[in-house]
Amino acid sequence: MRLHIHNGRLIDSADGIDEVRDLFIDKGRIVDPGEAGADFCADEVIDATGMIVCPGLVDLQARLREPGEEHKATMESELNAAVSTGVTSICVPPDTNPVIDTPAMVHMMRQRGRRINRARVYPLGALTLGLEGERLTDMAALRDAGCTAVSNADNIVDNTLVMRRAMQYASTFDLTVFLTALDPWLKGNGCVHEGEVSTRLGLPVIPEAAEIVALARELALIETTGARGHITQLSCGRSVAKIKDARERGLPVTAGVSAHHLHLSELDIGEFDTRCHVIPPLRSIRDREALKEGLAEDIIDVICSDHQPHGFDAKLAPFSESAPGIAGLETLLSLTLKLVSESILSLPQALSKVTANPARILGIDVGYLGTGAPADICIFDPGEIWTVDTVEMKSRGTNTPFDGQSLPGVVYWTLVAGQVTYFRGDHT
Amino acid sequence: MNWPLKNIQIDGAGRLRHFLTIEGLGRERLTQILDIAQGFIEVDSRHKANMSLLADHTVVNLFFEDSTRTRTTFEIAAKRLGAEVVNLNTTRMSTRKGETVLDTVRTLEAMDTDIFVVRDSASGTAHLIARHVPETVHIINAGDGRHAHPTQAMLDMFTIRQHKGGFSHLKVAIVGDILHSRVARSQIHALNTLGVKEIRVIAPGTLLPTEIERLGVTALTDLDEGLQDIDVVMLLRLQLERMEGQLIPSTQEYFRCYGLTMERLNRAAAEAVVMHPGPMNRELEIASDVADSERSLILSQVTNGIAVRMAIMAQLVGADPNASQP
Repeated sequence: MRLHIHNGRLIDSADGIDEVRDLFIDKGRIVDPGEAGADFCADEVIDATGMIVCPGLVDLQARLREPGEEHKATMESELNAAVSTGVTSICVPPDTNPVIDTPAMVHMMRQRGRRINRARVYPLGALTLGLEGERLTDMAALRDAGCTAVSNADNIVDNTLVMRRAMQYASTFDLTVFLTALDPWLKGNGCVHEGEVSTRLGLPVIPEAAEIVALARELALIETTGARGHITQLSCGRSVAKIKDARERGLPVTAGVSAHHLHLSELDIGEFDTRCHVIPPLRSIRDREALKEGLAEDIIDVICSDHQPHGFDAKLAPFSESAPGIAGLETLLSLTLKLVSESILSLPQALSKVTANPARILGIDVGYLGTGAPADICIFDPGEIWTVDTVEMKSRGTNTPFDGQSLPGVVYWTLVAGQVTYFRGDHT
Repeated sequence: MNWPLKNIQIDGAGRLRHFLTIEGLGRERLTQILDIAQGFIEVDSRHKANMSLLADHTVVNLFFEDSTRTRTTFEIAAKRLGAEVVNLNTTRMSTRKGETVLDTVRTLEAMDTDIFVVRDSASGTAHLIARHVPETVHIINAGDGRHAHPTQAMLDMFTIRQHKGGFSHLKVAIVGDILHSRVARSQIHALNTLGVKEIRVIAPGTLLPTEIERLGVTALTDLDEGLQDIDVVMLLRLQLERMEGQLIPSTQEYFRCYGLTMERLNRAAAEAVVMHPGPMNRELEIASDVADSERSLILSQVTNGIAVRMAIMAQLVGADPNASQP
């Protein structure tokens, strides 16, 4: 299949390209435009006039619920949801059931993803067996099975000695360690930020210290072991300052933030709106603004969806007993673009947070559109506004507080390895 | 799912539909409830005028967390208004096994319930239920987690007005476990709505919620200092089972620093009164001689609780006590 993407505005932040340029694809890869030349005989020409052509989005944190929680969602439903909004690579935390702590599980996940043939699936290997925080996994075998990074998901390794050894061992095999910074003792049974809203509603808290204390430990271990770490989600302004300081001292650490933490705050909980129950919790407006600033200054490298689809009754419970998480896959691109309309980020910078940067951190060969790159491409109209409607969402989970909101950016085509995996219909 | 931004306690016609929290109810509405309760106190409480107001109505006391005292006062209040009362003490264990709070409510709804009086250990349960019941069903929050206990706050306001004649000249101190207290939160909203001069909350740092000042209070950690010029001292019950051994080091130390003794009470304004939502921990929050002194309004709180709850139920179903015939 030979494709010719005509007249789109190509934004490839990895190669510093932002110009109207045609793109040629053959055998699933980008072809040198010079070589393609006039002789290039495309099977299909995509007219991308007025649209942005960028690498397919790479989401560093999304739960697909399979295996183990197929009543909430399946890999098939979620991978279809992914490509419908331009996400072509998904990094899956290892807290599936069974846990991704063996090469067999890694193979199974990858194979299942390939068979569905939508977005690419990158399972993270578990850092410890069963995520129990006691014994290390066979990380060399996980790497050979295809893992580029390991993680203990949200199961915090509370024994610092185990954590130190896990980092030493992961770095032996050049594996990046994905880290959740949340002190389990300070988190306790908390469910909201300690602040005005927790005080008003009388809800148990996850104080800012839960993140900062844990982050300080992980940074100290990164510094002393030399392991490469990626903090999956920051929620506090003070954490941004800590990452900034670590980066300035040359530590091999990167950081991400969820799209919803950039647009919501504790105040959105209102009167117990369980759709805003997320972990880490939505924090103060000051924290939210600091996170945006951290993105603008490139202290925060990545925006992830932290996609957590739930069945509809998971949120029909008293706040503290409702299931935490937002189904965020289908709003990742639009919430990222919203930062451009808010003048926080330039368009190429915004796209780098969901394409080139996450690809680089995960160490996978996508996220750019240079010659020879895999043709994972997202083509969208940045000016078109759509309204989030849970009825029309493709994800099995409809748990989103953005329901009813109007957001910028509509995807028309998504390509994975040169194959059209999503086509919205002709642009009018 | 529908998450209305408007105050779900008030219906389209401006009538009180649910009684979930004091927050968002104006001074006029609170005063009206106090006035109706006053009427109930003045007539013989077993008078027929009261008996018929809630006739043909069913009130279900749905208590997911046990509380004999509160449940009993609601039961008496409903019966004096002529309602049929069903008590349902259920643990949330059953909900863990699969039946959710809403399942339980839907089952009971099918039995033509008019008012649910709900108590639960989780903050927000009454709101959750209120959002999912048909228009004809009313919810009264009898305490949800640490969030609100609005009927308790209203009976406290009634008692204060009864003994102090009004609110605008008063300085009030709330002492004790503010962090875990739904009573304190509702008292703060009620006192501010009714326009007291000053509210102080007094507790050790471990029991003061963060940013409590945002609710319109001054937070203090020193009881002796905090009691200066205070007209009403509202004590809170120390929930020993929630202290986890770390929020306060020992009961002795707590009494030493925060127990209300006669000596301390004398630092407050002359004629200062003492209130407590009960049950009291004597010699922990309060010295026995204070609890049993004439400064203590604890027993009138209990009596007033029934009238205030009658007034709230009458308001919810739109019954006018002045219009009913003997």
